[in-house]
Amino acid sequence: MRMRLRQHPFCFLSLIAVAFIGANLVTACNPAIESENGASDESASGDDTSLEASSADSATLKLLYWQAPTTLNPHLSPGTKDREAASPVLEPLAAYTADETLEPILAAAIPTVDNGGISADNTTVIWQLKDGVLWSDGEPFTADDVVFTYNFITNAEVGATSGEFYGEVERVEAIDDLTVKITFKQPTPAPMSPFVGGSGMILPEHIFQDYLGANARSAPGNTAPVGTNAFQVKEFKPGDTIVYEPNPNFRGEATVFSTVEMKGGGDAVSAARAVLQTGEADYAWNVQAEPAVLTQLEVGGKGEMTYVFKPTMERIYINFSDPNKEVNGEKSQKDTPHPFLSEKPVREAISLAIDRETITNQLYGEAGTVATNFLVSPNKYASPNTGYEFNLEKAAALLDEAGWKDTNNNGIRDKGGVELDILFTSSVNPVRQKTQEIIKQGLESIGMSVELKSVEAGVYFGDATNPDSVHQFNADLQLFAFDSETPEPDSYMELYACDQISQKENQWSKENSSRYCNPTYDALLAQLATEIDPDERTDLFIAMNDLLIEDVALIPLVQRSEAYAVASSLTGLEFTPWAASTWKMNDWGKM
Amino acid sequence: MSKYLLKRILIAIPTLIAISMVIYLVLSLAPGDPLGELANSPSITPEIRENIRRALGLDQPVYIRYFKWAIAFLTGNMGYSFINPVPVNELILQRLPTTLWVVGIAYAVAVLIAFPLGILSALNRYTWIDQLATTVAFAGFSIPPFFTGLLLILLFSITLGWLPFIYDSTLVVSDISSFWAQVKQSIMPIAVLSLFQTAVLMRYIRAAVIEQLNLDYVRTAYAKGLSGWQVIMRHVLRNALIPVVTLIALDIPTVFTGALVTEQVFRVPGIGSLLIESITRSDTPVVMSITFIYAILIVIFNLIADILYGVLDPRIRYQ
Repeated sequence: MRMRLRQHPFCFLSLIAVAFIGANLVTACNPAIESENGASDESASGDDTSLEASSADSATLKLLYWQAPTTLNPHLSPGTKDREAASPVLEPLAAYTADETLEPILAAAIPTVDNGGISADNTTVIWQLKDGVLWSDGEPFTADDVVFTYNFITNAEVGATSGEFYGEVERVEAIDDLTVKITFKQPTPAPMSPFVGGSGMILPEHIFQDYLGANARSAPGNTAPVGTNAFQVKEFKPGDTIVYEPNPNFRGEATVFSTVEMKGGGDAVSAARAVLQTGEADYAWNVQAEPAVLTQLEVGGKGEMTYVFKPTMERIYINFSDPNKEVNGEKSQKDTPHPFLSEKPVREAISLAIDRETITNQLYGEAGTVATNFLVSPNKYASPNTGYEFNLEKAAALLDEAGWKDTNNNGIRDKGGVELDILFTSSVNPVRQKTQEIIKQGLESIGMSVELKSVEAGVYFGDATNPDSVHQFNADLQLFAFDSETPEPDSYMELYACDQISQKENQWSKENSSRYCNPTYDALLAQLATEIDPDERTDLFIAMNDLLIEDVALIPLVQRSEAYAVASSLTGLEFTPWAASTWKMNDWGKM
Repeated sequence: MSKYLLKRILIAIPTLIAISMVIYLVLSLAPGDPLGELANSPSITPEIRENIRRALGLDQPVYIRYFKWAIAFLTGNMGYSFINPVPVNELILQRLPTTLWVVGIAYAVAVLIAFPLGILSALNRYTWIDQLATTVAFAGFSIPPFFTGLLLILLFSITLGWLPFIYDSTLVVSDISSFWAQVKQSIMPIAVLSLFQTAVLMRYIRAAVIEQLNLDYVRTAYAKGLSGWQVIMRHVLRNALIPVVTLIALDIPTVFTGALVTEQVFRVPGIGSLLIESITRSDTPVVMSITFIYAILIVIFNLIADILYGVLDPRIRYQ
């Protein structure tokens, strides 16, 4: 008995010890800490792996992404973060620069009608590829890779996310090793959409050829891609870190960095802090934070913010159908007009009562500008004819004129028994909630009653059959951002087409959640689809934009930018709204 | 004993099946959609959405998905993540070492501090040692880890500039200086986690020891002329351990799931941050695997705790 008594505390302690050592043993399998006790490495003295040394090391570039990249195949990726991660490795044929001109990347030159690259009727495009380009594993890059990429993207079983830009394409064929011919189903106004920019990155056929189908998501190339750009992937830990190293077969000038680390996770503010204040990282992507916080961090002097304006615009969607009336088991049915939002003066009054300038300055700072158009970018299509006004008296006068008066003295305007009760939804996001708050104040001061609601983003933007989703839009107003991804925003204009109305009959899968329908707009849209002449197209885009704004089909609030925190030591950065921020990372340098 | 063990294991099987069904059902009923992230992009047409859903197997009814998942899980295949293009077990194995390193050490540190501190403050009840320890303990579990984490970052990373607050998972420990870097980047997350754990354990140990101190057998032991040290180590501690062992045994599975908040604050790429990310992105296969492995570990460690009782207290017999 005594023996056992003494034994047990020991047993217990050894249990702890086992747990402790166990943790160490398993950790020892981690490559990160592998040779913890194998101190056989004699070269320790010359090795500067200590943390201060490596972050100050001019051959290492440290990037912070608060949204961690999850895949390196941009065609299977759900978000821009993955394009950011794929961009140092994979390249498109060409990309739009900041001034909206095309720059050839894998292509030898940009095809135009003048050089015969684009047929006069806009149905075929012939791309000449650069000669002598090698994939990072040494295989030659040829026209077959482009054809393969087309097959990969358009294969229904693959479930590629960039398929939209290839819908108009009838076939893609390799004429010879360095010539690709794209034939469109009909004359197309946007012949430069396929294989350009983020959605056009070319995949290597020899890596992906066995994965052209339902098994595409399990292709090893998704985590260790072979590409033509200046970098190749040394290590990829999904959702955590990607380590890049120079591509030995890169055609251009080699990068000055021997290692690039892209670290994911955490939050935006601390990412900015690591760059601007402590200098632990060199670059932080898409820092969404309040202007006051960022200004305070910039005082540190280790870096500053760079803003690149995107075609993304924060706007208010107006419901043109009645969300409170149920027809055949469906609310917001398109044939039930909204009791008050279908009246133009009411929409105008709402627009007048929103203080866009305060929202932009207080909540976005340098990261936003007041938006007055539906189509904010590219600049050539942005309408100069629109403006905005914040005028509460004028708004109230409009409502008075239209007969909306507070007849029952409850503080809310009404007409014919209908009260101006507004349900205003958005996704859960601090900036959006503050925006909602400012708008609510404005609307209540002109005699409307506003109830705010915020829905978790996964639900709000998720499954369209969920009654809280933006597609069903069972509220009066909703607030979120939307963008046109390419400089030829034809598909973006369909957002307000009658045949795009989101309804039960199409499982709310269409985009027009406002259920706005205007035959004049539809006529212009039909005209746009067949128009090839650039000047005519510009006029059409502007006319359509002005029509929507004049009719208050939506209320634009803020054009947003993507904000990057950049260390002062970084040089040679070039950004464009039309490609990932890392698209020219091989030109980056560090002082 | 072996009969008891067998019985317990047989009971565990239907329990786990029931747990897995409930988790699967809850996850599939939960709102949100792995395609949610795509919705904001105009380039995703309905046909493309449908293709992706089919590629992920989301077009099938729940019970079919459950059986497919269960059969695959039994063969050790946890399926493919919806979001990351890698198998779930690879994802978990990639994260596990970091979690065990940070959370495991934090727990070990907590145990090593809590034991002497708990006993000490129980023996010196209401003295300044006890008051101090109790105050620290209260602070420890009333201040949430994200707050202590931020405090430490403000102090050690920003004001003093001594420690990095971004955990570098690619760091290879090959020599003294890189080991030092590894220690430096682990100190803050470990400190935050062990502060909380120490506080909880210390209070438990203190209470358990105090309960024993007034019992007759302790008085007898002193009367026999045993030294204070012998009484505590041989008699009091042994009896006091029983509730503490349960607590620790049930805590060990949480070492596996990592620290949800702390990992996020310090960007430690562990299981906890994987779980959080997967939940926000509705990555069902990953969430399902982590929660289910957690359930299995809980069941196993429950069993271990029960067996340990018998070892610690011979009065307990299993039939």
